[in-house]
Amino acid sequence: MPLILSEEARMVRETALDFFRERSPVTALRKLRDDSDPVGFSRDLWRQMAELGWTGFLVAEDDGGSAFGMTGLAQVMEAAGRTLAASPLLSTALIGASMLSLGGTAGQKAEYLPSLLAGEHIFALALEETARHAPARIELKAGRDGTGYRLNGQKTFVLDGHIADTLIVAAETDSGTTLFLIPAEATSRTRLTMVDSRNAALIRFDNVAVGSSAVLGRAGQGAAILEPVLDRARAGLAAEMLGSAQESFDRTVQYLKDRKQFGVAIGSFQALKHRAAQMFCEVEITRSAVLAAVSALDGNTNDAAALVALAKAKANETLFLCGNEGVQMHGGIGMTDEHEIGFFMKRARAAQAAFGDSRFCRDRYAHLMGY
Amino acid sequence: MSTFRAATRAWLEDNCPPAMRTRMPDSEQVAGGKRAEYVRPEQKQWLDRMAAKGWTAPTWPTQYGGGGLSNDEALILEEEMQDLGCRPPLRGMGLSMLGPVLLEYGTEEQRRTHIPPIVRGEIRWCQGYSEPEAGSDLASLRTRAVLQGEHFLVNGHKIWTSNAHHSDWIFCLVRTDPAAKKHEGISFLLIDMDDPGVRPRPIRLISGASVFCETFLENVRVPAGNLVGPLNKGWTIAKRLLEHERKGIGGIGSRAAAKFEAAIEDVAKHFAGETDGKIADPVLRDRIAAYSMDLHAFQLTRRRAAEEAESGAPPGPLSAMFKLQGTELNKRRYEMLLEAEGFQGLGWEGDGFTEDELRFTREWLRSKANTIEGGTSEVQLNIIAKRVLGLPD
Repeated sequence: MPLILSEEARMVRETALDFFRERSPVTALRKLRDDSDPVGFSRDLWRQMAELGWTGFLVAEDDGGSAFGMTGLAQVMEAAGRTLAASPLLSTALIGASMLSLGGTAGQKAEYLPSLLAGEHIFALALEETARHAPARIELKAGRDGTGYRLNGQKTFVLDGHIADTLIVAAETDSGTTLFLIPAEATSRTRLTMVDSRNAALIRFDNVAVGSSAVLGRAGQGAAILEPVLDRARAGLAAEMLGSAQESFDRTVQYLKDRKQFGVAIGSFQALKHRAAQMFCEVEITRSAVLAAVSALDGNTNDAAALVALAKAKANETLFLCGNEGVQMHGGIGMTDEHEIGFFMKRARAAQAAFGDSRFCRDRYAHLMGY
Repeated sequence: MSTFRAATRAWLEDNCPPAMRTRMPDSEQVAGGKRAEYVRPEQKQWLDRMAAKGWTAPTWPTQYGGGGLSNDEALILEEEMQDLGCRPPLRGMGLSMLGPVLLEYGTEEQRRTHIPPIVRGEIRWCQGYSEPEAGSDLASLRTRAVLQGEHFLVNGHKIWTSNAHHSDWIFCLVRTDPAAKKHEGISFLLIDMDDPGVRPRPIRLISGASVFCETFLENVRVPAGNLVGPLNKGWTIAKRLLEHERKGIGGIGSRAAAKFEAAIEDVAKHFAGETDGKIADPVLRDRIAAYSMDLHAFQLTRRRAAEEAESGAPPGPLSAMFKLQGTELNKRRYEMLLEAEGFQGLGWEGDGFTEDELRFTREWLRSKANTIEGGTSEVQLNIIAKRVLGLPD
């Protein structure tokens, strides 16, 4: 699998970099936060992203998408990461589209994909039940009720959960883990105000009754659909984090050149130079891991899952490093809300926790490698 | 390309002796030279067969005895050798450092004289760079060469001259203009070690081995024709040669020998036990995964750089990064191995330990040199900060 971008992927990359720089700089996230924006992203911006075709990268051509793949979507997500742009790229263009494409029935695809592609329908994956990513630990019950089901339980850290139109819920049934498509208004939702100013929700299911047509694919198929979708989510998020790490690093190196103390640029001090050089290496190494992961997912190769665990682990560590070193090297100004560098460090924390922290990824990698 | 691959594989299967498809102990590395000693006859046989095809130096031009292969063909040769477990037939500083520099900067006569014997393993080269007072600050070197008619007269003291006591020739950085700024008075000289004024003395290292020497140069007469490049312009050549050296050292993490290397997770399972197929000690398992993932990501980065180079993108200044990361990872590998082995990783010699256990101990100590030789890790960080990031001096 190649580790360099095709001409088409490079064009997507350039378009996306320009798009977010112009239309969703970090000031946009700050405004959403300061206004306590009820949606948490710009619906108008999301429709523009849909018009550029980004919602259809993981959807087959027969279903109205372009099937351009994870490598293409990763370019968009990396560009979004550079400006910390808030949008349903992960919840909807990646996870929602993948769930329907990989697991949905023909009827479900016909029902949901057109509005997803148009940027009119938001999805959210309701998976986590504990304070840590644990995809195998699902206790929310979907008990049989006539021909349908009744769902009882609670989900947390549901990204874009408070404004989603449809929740994709992982539940335990008598035939094993099963995914359900549930209209969000049937549940009780509490928005979680997060440190990174991005969307998440706590969602309660009290006797939520659905028909059997709400089952995504077939009952008991949940784990089989979830695993490849989660791998895509990890890789996509790793790409976004790579963009944030690169941006935090670039801004910090610029600051080292601009800021003067003791009559010289602080970037002339070896104590800072060496740490900047280490960051450079980590960003480059993370870029290789992310490219390898999305490329392997697109090629459906045997080592894809291990490469994804590798990419997410490196992205976790590298964004953590660049976020924290960014604040430290900016000194006092880095501690202020007025300066943007702190936004990157906050995002690092939240993104690390999503879909597997480094400890989780190492365990998964070791397991996949047979030890 | 597929025909080339098939033909290469067939040739290797026919010509690589079975004894040369086994793990190579350090004592059986072939570096050639007039005083080469072969533990097994197959070593010489394998060297001669590969040298006859020019495949000891696959990409060098055929007129100097090289293989004349394209980069793609050389990669296929390497892959097939790895796959069959073929040992490298010849290693050394002639192949990895001096040859490429002579091809770029040498005169036609220098190339015709020196390159074919390197390819055939007839002459072994060593490196006269560092001096007792010139380590990381290499350009402050003081070994003096004075041009007297047709000869240079050389006096000085070199150190860390790896394998000088087994070598035939030494390539040296010498000061030819003491009045000029330190980078501008250096020349690059080829010196025949048969001259009685050249005296190498081995230095015993922490690993117990003596691969490094110090080499004294006392009134050594060197023909003026052995000057490579212009007089006082040796620093450019010196730096280019260091790039080749770093490439070699940085490649430690992914050598062909990987086929025979013990997988670190298997070593851990052996010593720490196994539960349900997992290394029984969860902390050790986590640390080994962290190391293995860092190595994996590093190897992917080397591959990405190679693909970028092949696609015609201008080469990034990444050689310093590879040297830095490759050597730090190699040190980590041996620390992890010894940690996994526990008491069995502490053996120095004798029957209380297996051959592998003793080897790991010595290699652990040897690996400590990786982040010092060819420019320390700190020097590599300086290079990245300056040349890649553009941070001010």
